Amino acid sequence: MDLNATLIGQMFAFGLFAWFCMKFVWPPLLEMIEERQAQIADGLAAADKGSRALEEAEAEKAVILDEARGQAREIIDQANTRGSSIVDEARTEAGSEKDRILASAQAEVEQEANRAREELRGQVGAIAISGAEKILQREIDTNAHKDLLDKLAAEI
Amino acid sequence: MASEGSHGAPTSSEFIEHHLTNLQVCKTDAGWVWNECSGNFWAINVDTMVFSLVLGVFFAGIFSYIVKNASKSKPGKMQAFIEIIFDLVNTSVSDTMHGTSRLIAPMALTIVVWVFFMNLMDLIPVDLLPRIFADIFHVPYLKVVPSTDPNITFGLSLSVFALILYYSFREKGVSGFVVGELMMNPLNPKDLGVPKVFWPLVCTFNFILEFVAMLAKPLSLSLRLFGNMYAGELMFILIALLFGSLLSGTIAGVAMGLTGGLLHFVWAVFHILVVSLQAYIFMMLTIVYLSQAKEAH
Repeated sequence: MDLNATLIGQMFAFGLFAWFCMKFVWPPLLEMIEERQAQIADGLAAADKGSRALEEAEAEKAVILDEARGQAREIIDQANTRGSSIVDEARTEAGSEKDRILASAQAEVEQEANRAREELRGQVGAIAISGAEKILQREIDTNAHKDLLDKLAAEI
Repeated sequence: MASEGSHGAPTSSEFIEHHLTNLQVCKTDAGWVWNECSGNFWAINVDTMVFSLVLGVFFAGIFSYIVKNASKSKPGKMQAFIEIIFDLVNTSVSDTMHGTSRLIAPMALTIVVWVFFMNLMDLIPVDLLPRIFADIFHVPYLKVVPSTDPNITFGLSLSVFALILYYSFREKGVSGFVVGELMMNPLNPKDLGVPKVFWPLVCTFNFILEFVAMLAKPLSLSLRLFGNMYAGELMFILIALLFGSLLSGTIAGVAMGLTGGLLHFVWAVFHILVVSLQAYIFMMLTIVYLSQAKEAH
């Protein structure tokens, strides 16, 4: 174990490499790692923020959904009442229409029946007169017997 | 093995000694000479020095390349690995030290990776590189593990020691360091109520104690690494001796060779732990010593 100038050479070499490391290796490496750490921290914070925003959005969504559901229910209710009212209205309208049509039909029938009765009455009067003429074999003075004939016609 | 001149098979002790000899160069009156430099302080251990530099350049190259091509959002596997090492050093430094230092953390990173690479050379089969260099480049000696050379480990630890002294004087001042730290500890005459007359005595006692403790720091730092790696290397060399008989043809020789193989495997696996542990310990102690130097007791 003899010490010689290698010792000094090694000291210089050590100084050189330590200086090199101090100058060109350590600072950029440290800077890069610190930057990455900051980046990771930022990323985590952003992710945290994102998840919090998501939670908020989720809550908001629930509120909006609830509101929408309520509105929909309201609309359906309104539609239902409206529908039933329309049906009721239609029903009453139809009922009155039916009554009207029925009444007019009855009136018409009555009218027709009256007309037929009148006609029949006239025809019966004529038939009665011609019958009586045939029985009496002579002319009946229509004017003289008008009262009688009218009375007869009214009795038929 | 291929020591100049003798081409016969070396004996065991020659083999071991050969593996433990550095390739040295020094300037003498007759010019530059190789391997005749004992006692000359200005000799250079070319092998460990070159391997140390190559590994240091390898470290600096890999790290600066990865850092230059690093991606913040899409780190590659190599980058992730480097970041793990970076994180290890960074947490060690910030856990140990209060305050920041622009120098200590990068230096700790340099130490842990460089020392790890130097130690890792231990796992290369002991004869591989010396044989290649001997056969191709006619290099007579080659020690491939820089951290088995005390020059290398002391080079590191003395640099750290210089920094310890620098920080101590800078942070505490000359009197604060010499008097406050070295003389008033561990027995503080003021707190103990010692009469003023005896203070120099107590202070001298403290100084001797603290001075030795201070000197022990770089010594233990480098000798721990050197001792571990040297012993490990020696074990590999001794195990490698067993391989020599593998081709002898005798059953006993083959059995010995196979045992050597098994031992080599076991020792290498264990050494993976030693290699990384020693690098880590060296780094950690450096950080601790420097943080102590920066802080008052």
